[in-house]
Amino acid sequence: MIVPFNHVLVLAGLLFLMGIFCVVVRRSLIMILLGVEVMLNAASIILVGASLLWQNLDGQAVVLFVFAIAAAEVSVGLALIVWAYRRAGTVDPENYNILK
Amino acid sequence: MTIYSIIFYLLSVLILVTTALAITRRNMVHAVVYLIFSFFGSAMLFYLFGAPFLAVLEVIIYAGAIMVLFLFIVMMLKVDTGGERLFPLSQWLPAAVCGVLYLVLGIGIVVSDPNSHDALKTARAEPGAFGQYIFQNHWLSIEIISLLLLVAVIGALLLARRSKRPSAQEIPEGE
Repeated sequence: MIVPFNHVLVLAGLLFLMGIFCVVVRRSLIMILLGVEVMLNAASIILVGASLLWQNLDGQAVVLFVFAIAAAEVSVGLALIVWAYRRAGTVDPENYNILK
Repeated sequence: MTIYSIIFYLLSVLILVTTALAITRRNMVHAVVYLIFSFFGSAMLFYLFGAPFLAVLEVIIYAGAIMVLFLFIVMMLKVDTGGERLFPLSQWLPAAVCGVLYLVLGIGIVVSDPNSHDALKTARAEPGAFGQYIFQNHWLSIEIISLLLLVAVIGALLLARRSKRPSAQEIPEGE
């Protein structure tokens, strides 16, 4: 017996909320991407917990795919940030206002 | 209260505190280092939940590769975070009200759901059995994911390459 499943849900929910907070509040593209990582991590915690609850390996398989997608997302996202930094000289999304 | 639940609560406190510290740091290097601690906590949580292979992957991919990539970019770009403003103060109240409302509703739903009171039993998915399961039931997804990683590599290379014309002008000028 570890803990009831809803404690895992509450933990992952709080972690997800922190990720949303980071994405919404911070004014830097790097911190926004960091918030997305925190949210992905919260989702994988729920998936592993559910996989243990129902004794089914499918949850862990999905977490493996989440890891791969997170790696791909971060590499392309950071390359995009470097590209945008070269164009605009800043990583503050408020300065990307060329269409205004 | 078994030893497992004590470990779980300790780990959740560790994860929540380090993540909260990470998302509020102004210095991004500090944020990334705090987040590495958070991911180590998640890896131990995965091990507790009987996924040793995923725990290893969490350390290698998240704490190792992704966070080092972040650290690399943070140190490479000259980012000025001293003047970073958070929300304007007038927007704090509605955002806080909505956030707290959703938090209370979510926790209420989770706690009142009778199905989620089942205690987790300890079990363990051996890495060998897990790999066999994946390649028997999800082989197509594995192939698609590997293609996605290849596409991501090519995309990152293309994005990070300097465009041809400026570099041709810059090189004769002695860059």
